[in-house]
Amino acid sequence: MAKKVSLLEDFTKGIWKENPILIALLGLCPTLAVTTSVENGIAMGLAVSFTLVCSSTIISLLRNIIPKQVRIASFIVIIATFVTIADRFLAAFYPEISKNLGPFIPLIIVNCIILGRQEAFASKNNVGRSILDACGMGLGFTLILIVLSTIRELLGSGTIMGFKIMWDSFSPWMVMILPPGAFLTLGLMIGASNWINDRRKRS
Amino acid sequence: MNLIVIFISAAIVNNFVLSQFLGICPFVGVSKRLDSAVSMGMAVTFVMTITAVVTWLIYHLLLVPYNLEILQYVSFILVIASLVQLVEMFIRKVSKPLYDSLGIFLPLITTNCAILGLALISVLRNYSFMESLIYSIGAGAGFTLALVIMAGIREELELADVPKQFQGAAITMIIAGSLALAFMGFAGLI
Repeated sequence: MAKKVSLLEDFTKGIWKENPILIALLGLCPTLAVTTSVENGIAMGLAVSFTLVCSSTIISLLRNIIPKQVRIASFIVIIATFVTIADRFLAAFYPEISKNLGPFIPLIIVNCIILGRQEAFASKNNVGRSILDACGMGLGFTLILIVLSTIRELLGSGTIMGFKIMWDSFSPWMVMILPPGAFLTLGLMIGASNWINDRRKRS
Repeated sequence: MNLIVIFISAAIVNNFVLSQFLGICPFVGVSKRLDSAVSMGMAVTFVMTITAVVTWLIYHLLLVPYNLEILQYVSFILVIASLVQLVEMFIRKVSKPLYDSLGIFLPLITTNCAILGLALISVLRNYSFMESLIYSIGAGAGFTLALVIMAGIREELELADVPKQFQGAAITMIIAGSLALAFMGFAGLI
């Protein structure tokens, strides 16, 4: 029974307790850059999750073969391979999204979430646990991206996924889809998550 | 003239950190103290310039002639990782004081998305050799500028009374937002 609980824990810790963005502050560049619309946010979240799960699987399988001295370089090459696959896939099937995300798809290679999970988890644990961990982290990342992009798209252009939500006389807050809006919204979200954690600890 | 526009655009108008969101991790992590911010900025500018030169050569002399553009990402990141290692070894041999001040930041640069981003954007915009060189210096200067401004503000912030939940990352993000707002004022410059 104890083992089952810890397996569940491997999965769920990424969503809130060790959330890659709100708690660990990893992978902030794509988080801020692509969340101008919900569609981009979801695409980015899925691309990162795909890379994370695939590279965690491979690296966890190879963890006893890769020599310790060259592990970072090997991790990066494996990650870069999967990012190339994701990039080609998006360019072939969703050229519009691929154009919007621009250089931020290849930049998944240097996303600290992915390298961080390989170093901290996949290179030390078996395949099953590594996949669960990667899925949880990917989900946590995607959820935050969706929340952030929903706020920004709703206030910045009055729409969600391209559908008009706000009333007619609503004038969009241009600043929300520009860079300052990204920083401000994420700052407030981190503050809010700290506040919720504090409240929980006290009660 | 074109080169000057590229420089100013990369350094100020389209600042790498505040308007292109590249290199946020060191921006949040290494902006607590002014002197380490300056060192980090210098190290990044240095690596950026070398990276721009080497990746331009590799892309245009190796990958394009042999139709190997698909290997762009893998080869670029390998180049950056080994360059950083090389620069670290070189600095340690040549100048001990410089190594002591930059040393701990150099390994961090490998995973700095500003470096890889610079190489990718240069290819995307089809820059010539000279243009991508100037672009990299401008981007490095812009990165250093943003980092130094942020570190200056955060040193003062230690005296301010920030709500407990907002201390650390949250207030840094909000300040970065106001800085980005200020930098938007340069938009009409070019």
